[in-house]
Amino acid sequence: MSAEPQTAMEAAAGAVSPARNVMVVGVGGQGVLMISKALALIGQTQGLQVKQSEVHGMAKRGGVVFSHVRFGEEVWSPTIAKGEADALIALEWAEGLRWIEHLRPETGVFIADTRRIVPPFACRSRRHGAPMAYARETPAEALEKVGEGYALDATAIATGLGEPRAANTVLLGVLSISMDAPVADWLAVLDALTPQKSRAINLEAFKAGRAWAEAARDDPSLRFDAGFAERVAYADAPDVSVALDINAAWCKGCDICVKLCPERCLALDAQQVAYLKEPQACTGCRVCEWLCPDFAIAVRTTVHDARTA
Amino acid sequence: MNRQARLQAAGDVLPLMGNEAIARGAWEAGVKVAAAYPGTPSTEILESLARYPATDLYAEWSTNEKVALDVAIGAALSGVRAIACMKHVGLNVASDSLMSQSYIGAHAGLVLVVCDDPGIHSSQNEQDTRLFARFAGVPVLEPSDAQEACDFTRLAFELSEAFDTPVIVRSTTRLSHTRSVVRVGERVVPPSKGFVDAPGKTVTIPANARRLHPKLIAREAKLAAWFETSPLTRWEKGDRRFGVVTGSTAYLYVKEVAPRASILKLGAAYPLPEETIRAFAASVDRLLVVEELEPVLETAIRAMGLPAEGKAFFPRLGELSPELVRAGLAAAGLMEAAPAAIPLGIEPMARPPVLCAGCPHTGAYLALRGIEARVAGDIGCYTLAAVEPLRSIDTTVCMGASIGNAVGMAATGEKKPVVATIGDSTFLHSGIPPLIDAVYNQANITVVILDNAITAMTGGQDHPGTGRTLRGEPAPKVDYEAICRAVGVDWVRRVDPYDVGHMYQTLREAIVHKGVSVVISERPCVLDPVKIKGAPLAVAQEGCVACQSCMNLGCPALTWADGLYDGRHKVKIDAAACIGCTLCAQVCPSDCIQPMALA
Ligand SMILES: Cc1ncc(C[n+]2csc(CCOP(=O)(O)OP(=O)(O)O)c2C)c(N)n1
Ligand code: SF4
Ligand code: SF4
Ligand code: SF4
Ligand code: SF4
Repeated sequence: MSAEPQTAMEAAAGAVSPARNVMVVGVGGQGVLMISKALALIGQTQGLQVKQSEVHGMAKRGGVVFSHVRFGEEVWSPTIAKGEADALIALEWAEGLRWIEHLRPETGVFIADTRRIVPPFACRSRRHGAPMAYARETPAEALEKVGEGYALDATAIATGLGEPRAANTVLLGVLSISMDAPVADWLAVLDALTPQKSRAINLEAFKAGRAWAEAARDDPSLRFDAGFAERVAYADAPDVSVALDINAAWCKGCDICVKLCPERCLALDAQQVAYLKEPQACTGCRVCEWLCPDFAIAVRTTVHDARTA
Repeated sequence: MNRQARLQAAGDVLPLMGNEAIARGAWEAGVKVAAAYPGTPSTEILESLARYPATDLYAEWSTNEKVALDVAIGAALSGVRAIACMKHVGLNVASDSLMSQSYIGAHAGLVLVVCDDPGIHSSQNEQDTRLFARFAGVPVLEPSDAQEACDFTRLAFELSEAFDTPVIVRSTTRLSHTRSVVRVGERVVPPSKGFVDAPGKTVTIPANARRLHPKLIAREAKLAAWFETSPLTRWEKGDRRFGVVTGSTAYLYVKEVAPRASILKLGAAYPLPEETIRAFAASVDRLLVVEELEPVLETAIRAMGLPAEGKAFFPRLGELSPELVRAGLAAAGLMEAAPAAIPLGIEPMARPPVLCAGCPHTGAYLALRGIEARVAGDIGCYTLAAVEPLRSIDTTVCMGASIGNAVGMAATGEKKPVVATIGDSTFLHSGIPPLIDAVYNQANITVVILDNAITAMTGGQDHPGTGRTLRGEPAPKVDYEAICRAVGVDWVRRVDPYDVGHMYQTLREAIVHKGVSVVISERPCVLDPVKIKGAPLAVAQEGCVACQSCMNLGCPALTWADGLYDGRHKVKIDAAACIGCTLCAQVCPSDCIQPMALA
């Protein structure tokens, strides 16, 4: 091979100034697409090339949605490489955290609504004291990890204006302070994109977001939603072990407990008597005890806890 | 100006999604007949075509992809330009028609748009359509952005007529769902060629097929020669130390990371312009191939005896990206690797897709889970019932497989009752022949038809059971019970899945019936075609014993409240998300889920 990697690389490097990269993320139905379209239009009004790419395959069913918007003199790739997003707008808190590493270290701007949409998946472990499997980072912690960050309860601001769904436009207003386009252009774009009946509220929402961001830019202590921590409640309950006493003589094999156990951990044995087939799954919820018509089941719980012991 | 009017204006520059651009290209080419079965990421092509006036073109949702291609073939043989669109796996269904039509040719322009899904964003596999093109001996064009999507589609019709061949336009999820500006053109409708009237060509009896096959092979050579000089093959001269052969969106990633590299951009992945490739190879020190998925170009170029390097550095799985192309060029020693990202130590939270709050499928699978059956599933929103908490599907192979799979399971003497579950659109797509098979062979199975009156998974398209056409006009409506009875099922029940007890009881009866039993679960999708929102329920906190029975529905409107009972989380309902289906109230043992006013 005669290629000199360094020389090849020099020759391969581009001359045009790099494109601006904005990621918009959220969950299905939140309006990720509206924001992306607004950004694409803003890019166009500034006379730039624009590419906007989204993944919305399973979006409707509460899944993750994300969209990449790139604009510049010359834009090739429709997607933004990890570590190259200039700004990240998150319409939901945990989604912002999911994509935070896509931001440019040092300079990337992080803008997130602190509202939580907790998926059923996060409430999966149901034992005593099981924590909710939702992202744990608080706004203050997240903002420490990025160049410039804004974490606000945009949904509350939008609700105050009379339309919670305008939270996305509030966030767009926040973003607008770190972009060159004049306010009039933003308002014109929103005017073109929003339906008649919610137009006025969306314009207000944009201005509210922009006003919030201008204040927060000058005073970093305003950049995060301080009320957030109070709203995150995690159970801090004792460690409990559970055992089931099933009186085989009283059980008539009616199957009620088997069918109604939420953890599906009971079964009937060969003699048609209920038994705890999967003891590790039992949460001690007592549904079987309460529902057994023959009082054949008793649930015993033992608390092992340093604090109460 | 409304959207339709904007789409009409020639010479305009419009931001279009790849799929809209494909539709635009077809419309400009004067397409007269368009047919498709929905499938992500291809669905928006026909939806966009149907926004053009009915006087311009006929557009239909077909019952499946093979029917769609057959409709397009019929139209092309009758002398007008025709298009069929599908997702990658749709071509498996349509392949029988394609393999024969490749012998017959086209007559009027016949274009097949196939959208691949590298990375499996919303599919069951990531097969590469370029291999199919090679198999069928038909050219495959690969646009890289929306402008090319429009231009290549228009050109595909020209090629189809010039070389008398079906032409595949291959898109990918990324192209189909990326919006960029397109300079649009005029619509030019070529005069109808009239019916082909050449039975020696259009009737594939063995004697004819034997004569047609050598023509197909000669056609390949002619196409390859045409691609040598066509603008579709673009040699971008640059740094001579390494040259990259590429196409499709992979081209964009190469331009992004190595804008000065020598590039041979192939607008067609098959057949290949061998002379140009040889000349390109000779002009550079190292020859690389950057392509998504299978090493189609690489293998063909190596077969020419050229030292192409590709999959040694670039993945054969998943979607390419600027990061991966850069990493590959770095691994090949041609670029510096990107600096490693600094991990921020945040663990991403799992957020898998879920059935909607109030989805009618939830009740059906909740009841089914109680039955403890062996369940052969199918493809649609309801496939989500395969995972916790509903976890009541054992197998999902591909569209229409469930009933046949169930017949096979029952034939092995499976001890559990055997049940097949299949959505309404899927049943019409490919569920009827296997149902006939089950009846004919007296299989002991239960079939649950999940009639939510829409093709939901792909975003809410009409089908023959909805009573509306693609253009929203009224249409005859399939009667599922009548179909089942007509093919010889004598045990059929219709049930509302919002009544879990009734559904459970009906399933219990169905599984003890000897032979084929059919349960039709009837409730419209809550999302499409209209959003359904009833009065929400609420959990009376003081009554909730945190048993988690309701959480077994996986309803996204249900989450944990702050309060605890006996150390476990109580539950609350998000009133904005709840549609009031009452399923949770039906399973709550403490009766604490009530209408809002009472709770
Ligand atoms: C051959 C093939 N064509 C299309 C698709 C895309 N696809 C997946 S599910 C689905 C439709 C499902 O509709 P239905 O059976 O009514 O179930 P629903 O989503 O409404 O619950 C389609 C078209 C596919 N996976 N395979
Ligand atoms: S206490 Fe009874 S009903 Fe509850 S999880 Fe354990 S076995 Fe199941
Ligand atoms: S889109 Fe319809 S069928 Fe699909 S999950 Fe939602 S309600 Fe169910
Ligand atoms: S009634 Fe219950 S199950 Fe139905 S949508 Fe509301 S919370 Fe979900
Ligand atoms: S089923 Fe009823 S009691 Fe059990 S957790 Fe749900 S709301 Fe509470």
